[in-house]
Amino acid sequence: MTAWLFREWPWYVAGPLIGLFVPALLLVGNQVFGISANLSHLCAAFAPGKLEFFRYDWRKVGLWNLVFLAGVLIGGFLAFHGGPPQTIAISADTRAALGRLGIHDFSGVAPREIFTWHALLTVRGFVLVVVGGFLVGFGTAYAAGCTSGHAISGLANLELPSLIAVLGFFAGGLAATYFILPFVLRGL
Amino acid sequence: MTTPSTSAFDGCGASSSEQQVPRPAFLSVYLLLGIAFGFVLSRSEVISWFRIQEMFRFQSFRMYGIIGSAVVTAAASVALIKRSGIKSVAGERITTPAKPLGSGIRYAAGGTIFGLGWALTGACPGPLFALIGNGVTVMIAGVASALAGTWAYGWVHIRLPH
Repeated sequence: MTAWLFREWPWYVAGPLIGLFVPALLLVGNQVFGISANLSHLCAAFAPGKLEFFRYDWRKVGLWNLVFLAGVLIGGFLAFHGGPPQTIAISADTRAALGRLGIHDFSGVAPREIFTWHALLTVRGFVLVVVGGFLVGFGTAYAAGCTSGHAISGLANLELPSLIAVLGFFAGGLAATYFILPFVLRGL
Repeated sequence: MTTPSTSAFDGCGASSSEQQVPRPAFLSVYLLLGIAFGFVLSRSEVISWFRIQEMFRFQSFRMYGIIGSAVVTAAASVALIKRSGIKSVAGERITTPAKPLGSGIRYAAGGTIFGLGWALTGACPGPLFALIGNGVTVMIAGVASALAGTWAYGWVHIRLPH
């Protein structure tokens, strides 16, 4: 009966549901939906050193968002453990393109050949997880937002800065896909 | 209250109104909403490195459909909320302050740097955490690295163009 909950949802179900988190957070407590501010709040809460940038009352500004983020982790856990294991049904073209780059295990949510602890110290694992993670943290702080804050909240509020940021997201993503990933994945 | 454009206050998700620490009842609502969001991110598969590659290779409409319909739904809701003048459950007037444009450089440069990271990790900040819940525990290292990245920005931001 609940099997549909744990299957892949079509885009026209998933997209509107994601969009509804913007009005939900506004209606609950006048909060603007955006995840990456949490990276800043975590630095404000825990980072050593006394950088002026992180000297603000993270409890007042961001406790609600950190609690929301804890929920995101739990929600992922429930989605994963509540249903049968699932293969991501990507297009045959993408499978072929990734196959040419040496990715052959399509059984997980992310390539199992790369996103594991013992692959972390290979070139592929290090660049994708550690370098990639660093760029996500640096870039979202610099751009003052990520996919949720700019691409969804910001565009929904018709903000020009968010449109510029989203164009940047795609410029960077395309550059990494076509110019960086081929070299890294082929093990250069 | 006005805050300078380089302050941490204008990070993604900040609100410019004077804020208080939410009461426990509200925090539990935020927790439930977060759980729902993590579940939706997982089932919609936007947390998947494979789906992000499919998107950047223009080989499926799926991700564009998801992001596009999310924006349309959110925009219609925000317009409706603004027009109705409705107050939040907590009793505040609902405000959606626009981010200052400035020169725009921070959005173009920061956005591009984030885009590079998005394609490499296959995850934006929400999915980084949802992936840990989905058993991709190596993303704990990804989160640690993202925190280092945000900290590094806090360290050098004075010297960067905005």
